[in-house]
Amino acid sequence: MTEEMIIAGFGGQGVLSMGKILAYSGVMAEQEVSWFPSYGPEMRGGTANVTVIVSDKRISSPVVNEYDTAIILNQQSMDKFEKMVKPGGTLLYDPNGISRHPERSDINIYKIDGTIIAADLGNVKTFNMVVLGAYLKAKPIVSMDSIEKGLEKSLPERHHKLIPLNLQAVEAGYEKLEVVNEV
Amino acid sequence: MGELRLMKGNEVIAEAAIRCGCDGYFGYPITPQSEVMETLMEREPWNETGMVVLQAESEIASINMLYGAAGSGKKVMTSSSSPGISLMAEGISYIAGSELPCVIVNVQRGGPGLGTIQPSQADYFQSVKGGGHGDYKMIVLAPASVQEMNDFVDLGFELAFKYRNPALILTDGAIGQMMEKVELSDYKPRMTDEEIDEKYGSWSTNGKKPNRERNIITSLEMQSDKMEAKNKRFQQKYAKMEVEEVRYEAIECDDADYIFVAFGSSARICQKSVELARAKGIKVGLLRPITLYPFPKKVIGEMAKHVKGFLSVEMSAGQMVEDVQLAVGCSCSDAKVEYFGRMGGIIPSPSEVVEALEQKLIGG
Repeated sequence: MTEEMIIAGFGGQGVLSMGKILAYSGVMAEQEVSWFPSYGPEMRGGTANVTVIVSDKRISSPVVNEYDTAIILNQQSMDKFEKMVKPGGTLLYDPNGISRHPERSDINIYKIDGTIIAADLGNVKTFNMVVLGAYLKAKPIVSMDSIEKGLEKSLPERHHKLIPLNLQAVEAGYEKLEVVNEV
Repeated sequence: MGELRLMKGNEVIAEAAIRCGCDGYFGYPITPQSEVMETLMEREPWNETGMVVLQAESEIASINMLYGAAGSGKKVMTSSSSPGISLMAEGISYIAGSELPCVIVNVQRGGPGLGTIQPSQADYFQSVKGGGHGDYKMIVLAPASVQEMNDFVDLGFELAFKYRNPALILTDGAIGQMMEKVELSDYKPRMTDEEIDEKYGSWSTNGKKPNRERNIITSLEMQSDKMEAKNKRFQQKYAKMEVEEVRYEAIECDDADYIFVAFGSSARICQKSVELARAKGIKVGLLRPITLYPFPKKVIGEMAKHVKGFLSVEMSAGQMVEDVQLAVGCSCSDAKVEYFGRMGGIIPSPSEVVEALEQKLIGG
């Protein structure tokens, strides 16, 4: 199994940390992983993205030009990455702030109202964990157990008290994934 | 087995320095390598191993601090990114001319000038053909993974001390910023002053001992015949490196009609390109130079006798391709040598590389 994915949105949405937690969860599940971020000016208010690869084989290139999965969290990223999903691949997006919804019919498309669900949970910062939960429902590449271990590893110890809230957000996302199109 | 972590390449450089018993780091921040010093400052190794970490007032100051500290026989290093390395060029030439060991890390960004903070490999010439003035060479190691960012710090010091010569780790913003699994090395203790005197007392300047003449470290020699003799000795040292220190990795080259030659992050891209091309039925392999100086010219010359062509894939306008051409030309082979690359901080995609192979070598 090899999952080549991109997570793309605005800086501050937790794009990079979501990728990091996923990568760490892959490490916990004894997979090979790579995490390749956009870095520099785009991190400060512009778009941010990270390519995460999880595989049971040695990873060749950490940079790819087509993805098994794209998690898209703003319009700029939709414009850029929808066309880069492999045929039969998966696109997951949050419709909040999206003016042009995905149009392809040859890929699986899922939707998650992450912004609203996170607000309902009482902490908008859990947005990325809601999206992560939705992704795991669509593509169960790692177990919930590995996610918990991944959170423990990637969060500094002083933030470990927040792990239950984060897991609650992951579960909420998992429950509320909406199917738009399946191939 | 060492400790397994998920870390950025830059963070690993710092961690590896602490663990291999490095005595001092002198640096100045610049994107995309700032995490090296950030990690060192967070780790506070002066409390743990006694390692000194100092932010100098400039790159010029850091390289000269390195020069001085290396003269005392200590294991010392610095890191920077392309424009900063240019500022250090004079000091690097002095260190090479004074035959002192040290490790320098260049996390390359796009140039020329201030350029861009995105990854590039356009400092190849600067690294392997000089950079500073005079006839000198650095041992140049090119890591292609976060794991090698760990391994090459220790290896860099080993080679630097073996030859009393600066060793350069030539990496780029992609490997520096990305996270991968890494097995960290076990801790090695720093050498004591007594151990340094015993091992390096013949040249290090730690105070004259009663049983020997004073040591003088300088690159200056006003008598031309003596300066020429010194240069000849350097050249012998470099010739020895070319015999003993060439390192490379050959992936799927045995049955290959075509060979990608690529180092560092380009080599990672090309590994994927090998997979894509082989799926199309094209027999292609990858030769990854691990030491850029000394360059694996002999193995390229050998391969040239059996393959149809080489594609040098670089994040530059085509620099290493000249060394590939030289190696192929010297073997009197008819194999074609072409270049493909991107510049300005753009990373070529694996399929772009396959297209270039098809257009430049197979179709042409």
